Amino acid sequence: MTTTTPAPARPDKSGRPTRTARLRTPSPRPRRRAHSVDRPRRSKALTALSGLVVLYTLVPLAWLVVSATKTQADLLGSPGLWFSGHFALWDNISQTLSYDHHVFLRWLLNTLLYVVLGAGGATLLAVLAGYGLAKFDFRGKKAVFAVVIGAVAVPATALAVPTFLMFSKMGLTNTPWAVIIPSLVSPFGLYLMWVFAAEAVPTELLEAARVDGSGEVRTFFRIALPLLAPGIVTVLLFTVVATWNNYFLPLIMIKDPNWYPLTLGLNAWNDQAATAGGQPVFNLVITGSLLTIVPLVAAFLLLQRFWQSGLAAGSVKE
Amino acid sequence: MTVALPPARSRTTRRSGRGWIGLGFTAPFLAVFALVFLAPIAYSIYLSLFQDRLIGGTTFVGIDNYRQALGDPQFWEGLGRVGLFLLVQVPIMLGIALLVALALDSGRLYGRDFFRITVFLPYAVPAVVATLMWGFMYGTRFGLVADLDHTFGITLPDPLSPHLILAGIGNIVTWEFIGYNMLIFYSALRVIPHSLYEAAAIDGAGQWRIVGAIKLPAIRGALVIATIFSIIGSFQLFNEPSILRPLVPDSVSTSYTPNLYTYSLAFSGQQEDYAATVAIIMGLVTMVVAYAFQLRGMRKEA
Repeated sequence: MTTTTPAPARPDKSGRPTRTARLRTPSPRPRRRAHSVDRPRRSKALTALSGLVVLYTLVPLAWLVVSATKTQADLLGSPGLWFSGHFALWDNISQTLSYDHHVFLRWLLNTLLYVVLGAGGATLLAVLAGYGLAKFDFRGKKAVFAVVIGAVAVPATALAVPTFLMFSKMGLTNTPWAVIIPSLVSPFGLYLMWVFAAEAVPTELLEAARVDGSGEVRTFFRIALPLLAPGIVTVLLFTVVATWNNYFLPLIMIKDPNWYPLTLGLNAWNDQAATAGGQPVFNLVITGSLLTIVPLVAAFLLLQRFWQSGLAAGSVKE
Repeated sequence: MTVALPPARSRTTRRSGRGWIGLGFTAPFLAVFALVFLAPIAYSIYLSLFQDRLIGGTTFVGIDNYRQALGDPQFWEGLGRVGLFLLVQVPIMLGIALLVALALDSGRLYGRDFFRITVFLPYAVPAVVATLMWGFMYGTRFGLVADLDHTFGITLPDPLSPHLILAGIGNIVTWEFIGYNMLIFYSALRVIPHSLYEAAAIDGAGQWRIVGAIKLPAIRGALVIATIFSIIGSFQLFNEPSILRPLVPDSVSTSYTPNLYTYSLAFSGQQEDYAATVAIIMGLVTMVVAYAFQLRGMRKEA
């Protein structure tokens, strides 16, 4: 049924194809002969100015990559933005992975656990709720909207202390649940799915399915879910980033280094280096940092078509 | 759409019948939301009304904690600091983000897609890694600052010194979030109908006139939202100073920002009741400022 129904066009007030749609075509963009409002003359000066921002963005990342190739001694003794004679990247990586009984791998697995259950669960809840709010009328819907939007303004740290005390009474602190359960709620994800579902799932289609005798659950999975896919990828990507990069919540909830995520682990290594008498492992902090950001950067680069179109839809109605 | 409904069933019954289904889809989210948002808020309000005393144990003290917080110089100092941060860092960050978004949208850049994705990349970098990176680079031991000093034979001001550390933190936050805000603005710019630009061009409007008269008013919603997120982020400032602290304990105190203060009170000082009070006050301040800004932003729109 879903295959025979044309997917609705991405929301666009003017009806012209969005730029993402144009970018999506694999063939090179056709060259226009004349410059127009749509395709103005390229400006070298403007490119150079924006280039400064790109430079600002890339310098720290370049520094990180270069530094990850250095031994501890070369880190201190050679210029930051250029390679030293000895290329120690592979050595650094194997040291990072094996240091302290492979604790880095343990942290990586913890992070994956938090991401899969936390971000996956958050996305699932946001998709279900966003669809429910966008496509059904029920009493209290406006109240739900007001409360959830109001919640965005509540500082996460204001919640952290009472949440910690509550969880500690429930015996949840120092367990993975203390990190996973609060990650399950993403007000921003809900908002994005709500807007996206309202635009991407035509009510007529749902009516047609109901007339055909399809139950609500079946209608959701067979009709709505495929149409929601770009929005789901977007929300998933943003919740993955939020949980992968989470620092404050595990900092409060987890005391046992065996349950640390990567962010806490790296910080612990750095603290160890700063403590008097502690073993300085700056090269491991730097290489570990690089290993921590590579998966996310790769995910953003590979999935950019999806999240950019999802985000564009979200911005239409704000 | 109501016309398409089969006449056999009345509208009201369908609505109430399906209402339960809509609520069913929404309920799992609401249940977890109640557990991790509403319950902690209620609990911290409850906590803020008590005090754990050496003699007499936990006693109800009414608004004493609030009175104490409002007379607490450490709290005010932290609040002043994040206020200053908000007034200086947020306009710089959003300004650069807006300029890049406008440059991308103008279509006058070579390699637009490269620019867009590169500027966005820091968003994928955890605050811990960003802070450690910049912290290392700020270092006069083996950082870039040391390199520059060495290469040019100069002595740059130390970004980790007590009077410059706030600027150093501002730079880290700016680096992290330019791309994110740029993307919010850019997504909003993209959906402006191009016919407007054509009409303006026919009327003889230049690029800057189009920006001022069409583009900026059209993305006011995005500007308001990005500013509100930044206001919230500034008042919540915690990760960057807390990660820098072991490096520079002299520059970053335990009450450097209100959130750091809350954290120290609760986890080093065992003053959970007072910590909850400070957190509630900060939550209220954040909401009031964000709401006031939203009202202002939306009124202009009307």
